Amino acid sequence: MNITKVLDAKGLACPMPIVKTKKAINEIESGQILEIHATDKGAKNDLTAWANSGGHELIKHEEENDVFKFWIKKG
Amino acid sequence: MTDKKKTTIVLFSGDYDKAMAAYIIANGAAAYDHEVTIFHTFWGLNALRKDENIPVEKGFMEKMFAKMMPRGADKMGLSNMNFAGFGPKMIKDVMKKHNAIPLPQLIEMAQEQDVKLVACTMTMDLLGLKQEELIDNIEYAGVAAYLADAEDGNVNLFI
Repeated sequence: MNITKVLDAKGLACPMPIVKTKKAINEIESGQILEIHATDKGAKNDLTAWANSGGHELIKHEEENDVFKFWIKKG
Repeated sequence: MTDKKKTTIVLFSGDYDKAMAAYIIANGAAAYDHEVTIFHTFWGLNALRKDENIPVEKGFMEKMFAKMMPRGADKMGLSNMNFAGFGPKMIKDVMKKHNAIPLPQLIEMAQEQDVKLVACTMTMDLLGLKQEELIDNIEYAGVAAYLADAEDGNVNLFI
């Protein structure tokens, strides 16, 4: 997987992960992939809903030592 | 016209916690690419007050109001467990611990995200608030301007 940008949103509380993700996705091109690291427990539902609504694709997510990782392909 | 979705929020409350909820939703909606408007009326106007004393001409009642109302977002009380001002101190402490963003920064972030902040001019007159006393880069309007945004709003809230 070719990752264009990595966003570290660890330790940030709502609404920051989504606000930062939105800023980061604005900086990449359609088809490119953004990797996001977050610790907010709501991040999974938040990012899934956000990606769907914005026409982006949540390719994959995983959890590792309480850190949630997401890969979103810009639509 | 754009095909962007719209969120409008009426912020009536002057409580710190309620205003925080309003601004979190506003910032979230902006990240959702919505056009967001927060219409501040009555006590909600205090969230837009500058924290310094601005010398403006006021009548007796207006001066009383100005004294009794919180001067700016950071001075607002809680809707619950305010404990005569001790509650906000406690909650700000807890917020720091959990990395939650304080209200003044949420307002700044909303402005950076082009959230339209509107002050209701009729209630400004009632409470004796002048434009010079409110933060910069906001709009002044009445119910019709709010409705124009709200009638094609996808999310409309009254807080």
